[in-house]
Amino acid sequence: MLTIDQATYDAIVAHAKRDHPDEACGIVAGPEGSDRPERLVEMVNAAGSPTFYEFDSTELLALYKQMWARDEEPVVVYHSHTATEAYPSRTDIGLASEPGAHYVLVSTREHGNTEGPVEFRSYRIIDGAVTEEEVTVVPELSRSEA
Amino acid sequence: MAIEVRIPTILRTYTGGEKAVSGEGATLTVLIDDLEANHPGLKDRLIDGADLRRFVNVYINDEDVRFIGGLDATLADGDQVVVLPAVAGGS
Repeated sequence: MLTIDQATYDAIVAHAKRDHPDEACGIVAGPEGSDRPERLVEMVNAAGSPTFYEFDSTELLALYKQMWARDEEPVVVYHSHTATEAYPSRTDIGLASEPGAHYVLVSTREHGNTEGPVEFRSYRIIDGAVTEEEVTVVPELSRSEA
Repeated sequence: MAIEVRIPTILRTYTGGEKAVSGEGATLTVLIDDLEANHPGLKDRLIDGADLRRFVNVYINDEDVRFIGGLDATLADGDQVVVLPAVAGGS
């Protein structure tokens, strides 16, 4: 199950709507091993495409170095689909490289840049196997036990 | 000469869970062969034919090797190498 706070959820949806019809992408980092998506990082889609996304390689390195320095990991890896359902494509599955992450898919196919509900779904993608999981949106993440 | 290579989570099955391993080589090609000798299977995850895999990024001292010669990029003692899979996909 993915537990995510309302503000982060809203920010991911807003990013997806803003970048529509191109795919939006980013991560939510959290302390290693915590499973807490705490810090949203919007990334530029270097592909600038309605059917593909890719983090710029230089920005990717900067992002990971920042996470390593903070003892964080990518808890959520998100991107949008702008004309298809919020389900991982074959390409998404083949390229998924963070077995510990929740892969969030947002589909903006119904309302595009405008107000209105979106599909927001989460998956584990491990060795080519996709498992959908429940998404629980909470007002705020509970206080860290650490 | 020793070069530290940072290994991403998904490839740590080849390094016994180690986040970083040490290798040797004057070029990236030689380094990858050296890593393969100690961590069999790793090379195939990095290289496709004669090239770096399209969705694998390798950095030498923070420079994407694609901009500094690819597999022919040169290495010196103390260089820091980072391997990161691309974060990418498509609908």
